[in-house]
Amino acid sequence: MIWRVATVVALHDETARARTITLDVPDWPGHVAGQHLDLKLTAEDGYSAVRSYSIASAPGGGKQVQITVERLLDGEVSPYLTRTLAVGERLELRGPIGAWFVWRTQQVEAIQLVAGGSGIVPLMAMIRARGSAGSRAPFRLLYSVRAPEAVFYRDELRALSLGDQSVTVTYAFTRIVPEDWPLDPGRIDAGLIARATWPAAVAPTCYVCGPTSFVEEMADLLIASGNDRGRIRTERFGPTGGRT
Amino acid sequence: MSSQNAHLDGNAAAGELSRVFAIDVTAAEVQCGTCGAVRRFAEAHLYMNGPGIVARCCNCERVILRLVSTRQRVLLDLGGMTYFKFDTLAG
Repeated sequence: MIWRVATVVALHDETARARTITLDVPDWPGHVAGQHLDLKLTAEDGYSAVRSYSIASAPGGGKQVQITVERLLDGEVSPYLTRTLAVGERLELRGPIGAWFVWRTQQVEAIQLVAGGSGIVPLMAMIRARGSAGSRAPFRLLYSVRAPEAVFYRDELRALSLGDQSVTVTYAFTRIVPEDWPLDPGRIDAGLIARATWPAAVAPTCYVCGPTSFVEEMADLLIASGNDRGRIRTERFGPTGGRT
Repeated sequence: MSSQNAHLDGNAAAGELSRVFAIDVTAAEVQCGTCGAVRRFAEAHLYMNGPGIVARCCNCERVILRLVSTRQRVLLDLGGMTYFKFDTLAG
């Protein structure tokens, strides 16, 4: 796969720590929801770092592609991408990548999405792809996030759950809950899995994305509630490797 | 995050492996040479902290793939797996 030179055409802050970057990629071959891309940043001294980022935008955007990057405190690349990067700058990019953690518009079965923090990004691409393709596949999203102000794509998700009833969004706030929220802060547990996800009898295809520990916990909970391991697709990210 | 959870998964190696393979590896089926488990490569546990990439079987944690890239060459060790099966319609 070749490296292409992409140009930053727009920047949008999702939260205080996360930014959506719109890239114009010449000869972008198109992507499938759930795929990621690699960015390569090279310093003046020749040192280069490659990081993987999930694609946030739906397929069909021509040569424009969006990623959402969350700044990590000890990150080598994410502070640059979320603070310093400016419109007009160029980045080396490789992609789209991945054929496993993807949702294709031909899929008509029930879909269960489970996001931990910025793990929402590839799942949002799936939700957006569903919308832009006019798919009627029933989607549920369970989104674990530390606080209301850390929610990505807040207005878009709100509009979705108000309008199109076939995308149901449930939040699990782990540290701080919104005012008037009926529950205490807490992590996703077996009870919430039972209340907010598809019954296993529906045999949903499940997509789980988040930090490694989150992904493993969620996969275990989904299996414990009766889901078949073979219908659970996972993608992990973390500060130790590709996704800073 | 504890060191036990320091791994990513096979998805994160796909970009680097695309330098070698013409077909996406994440959906490819892999049989572990140690325990015989058959899984998608996306499910492998991936360690990227060292100078290369190490993928371990998600069932038994034995090494199934090692990849080291230098300026001039790519070293790929698949000795830990029995086979890598690609779906040519995927992608």
